[in-house]
Amino acid sequence: MIKNRKITINKDTIIAILIPLFIVSFFLSLGNGAVKISPVGIIKSVLYDKGSVNYQIIWNVRLPRTIVAALVGISLSLSGAILQGIMRNPLAGPNIIGVSSGGGFFAFIILIVFPHYYYLVPIGAFLGALFATLFIYSLAWKEGVLPTRLVLAGVAVSSLFGAGTNALMTFYPDRVHGVLGFMVGGLSAITWKEVRTILPYVSLGTTLILFLPGKLNILMLGDEVSTGLGLKVEKTRFILIIISSLLAGSAVSVVGLLGFVGLIVPHMVRLFIGSDYRYLLPGTIFFGASVVMICDTLSRILFAPAEIPVGIIMSAFGAPFFLYLLRKKEAV
Amino acid sequence: MAMETRKLEISYGDKHVLKEIDFKVENGQIVTIIGPNGSGKTTLIKALSRYIKAQSGDIYLRGKDIYSIPTKEIAKEMAILPQVKHVSADITIETLVAYGRYPHLRFGQRMGKEDKDIVDWAIERTGLKELRGRYIGQLSGGESQRCWIAMALAQNPRVLILDEPTTYLDISYQLEVLELVRELNQSLGITVIMVLHDLNQAARYSDKIYVLKEGRIRQYGSPEIIIEKRLLEEVFRIEPHIYQDKVNGCPYFIPHKII
Repeated sequence: MIKNRKITINKDTIIAILIPLFIVSFFLSLGNGAVKISPVGIIKSVLYDKGSVNYQIIWNVRLPRTIVAALVGISLSLSGAILQGIMRNPLAGPNIIGVSSGGGFFAFIILIVFPHYYYLVPIGAFLGALFATLFIYSLAWKEGVLPTRLVLAGVAVSSLFGAGTNALMTFYPDRVHGVLGFMVGGLSAITWKEVRTILPYVSLGTTLILFLPGKLNILMLGDEVSTGLGLKVEKTRFILIIISSLLAGSAVSVVGLLGFVGLIVPHMVRLFIGSDYRYLLPGTIFFGASVVMICDTLSRILFAPAEIPVGIIMSAFGAPFFLYLLRKKEAV
Repeated sequence: MAMETRKLEISYGDKHVLKEIDFKVENGQIVTIIGPNGSGKTTLIKALSRYIKAQSGDIYLRGKDIYSIPTKEIAKEMAILPQVKHVSADITIETLVAYGRYPHLRFGQRMGKEDKDIVDWAIERTGLKELRGRYIGQLSGGESQRCWIAMALAQNPRVLILDEPTTYLDISYQLEVLELVRELNQSLGITVIMVLHDLNQAARYSDKIYVLKEGRIRQYGSPEIIIEKRLLEEVFRIEPHIYQDKVNGCPYFIPHKII
């Protein structure tokens, strides 16, 4: 009994540590860039000094960018956490298994071929992500999903969508430059418009999934055990796929193909907190938001005044970590 | 009647796996299904568990058609322990056992005192009290099997279905699991339906045994009727020498050679 209580407190404590981390990341992101502004300066200028240059920088440039970074971090990480549960596999993530590339390809079609329908990008990205998830899942599923088969199917589907993207770029060379940022995943031209675009989707997906950690926990026990416990397995899995596609698609529609967040964040949170989704999901929300805000801050200050897309920063840290995970898995 | 099937038929593609199965289990009994590989044992168990759907025929759980009552309602009366189970190594015993309360909770409802008491009781009944805070990854094969039985027990079922509960366990753990199952059957009156590979264990722990052969019920009855020379020769292709286990009061055999 005592031992168990200790574990519960530990998990709550970890989430309690993640919340200040989230707040610190938020202020780091608002305060750093071409002009450095202290946290006190940030609050002062936003509340009392609306005519100042600092206010302009924070309110019109950094705040929407920071909010989008947080939202994107939340949605990609949650999407990864859900996919890892559905596939019962810690190597799943929207980027690895090709969900992002599916969303990206559909968004790309709209951006390049039908640019005046730009407002359809989130829906297109969602449908693309959904289509890719179902496609990969059906390819990899044969009496359960094996890690290798999943990664292979994901690689195949990713390269298929990648080929489609390249074909589009060949057909419309004049329009490529405008969407280059989309390819690598960047937050450089974010305004309040993007905040308004994805906020409803992210809020909807996040709210829905926060009702479902119990079902995710049961689903993790395997199809037969969950059936025995009275869970409607196929229906639950389908709803979860829809939610994870909604989240991944909305992130992709605004920042493009941002690598590795969805794989690494839930995996790391799992290492600290464990696999119980009642704790994993809140932990993932705060940690995911913090990671993308910090990486975006780094992307602005590392090579200042030049700015490198946040996707490159994420991949630079993410790829080695992914390799480490693969090696660790082999060792087990 | 705890469980009953009428004219159950199941096929995978054009392969007919179960044919005209009329299977009956009385309340409070331990009934074991035996048969050679490919005879349809596991398919029958999965059908009873509503994991695979029969092409034709009916299945009744305590008089109710399992296809017409909500799956969560079934889970309040029937618990399943399949062969293939997954659990993250970083889940504690207590957390896993508490998942057994899932069918009793409404959407979004948290566990109340009664649920927690039942979880405590299930942990105690399976002898896991000292280990309850441990992670699943730290347990031995026998302990983790007991843990799954505790989860099933937390469902507070009237019927418990087990698919080869002793597979991959050392002999002492095999007996430990079967003793536990019998103890739960005797003290709580839970009806047990299971598949076992070891015929002598089936004879020792069952009230009634079903023998499946090529998708049909070949024989049904008490262990004395099943552990019989001609039946074993015909179904399992072995020549047995049959003895009486005086300590446990059941027949047992030694396979002398393959026919």
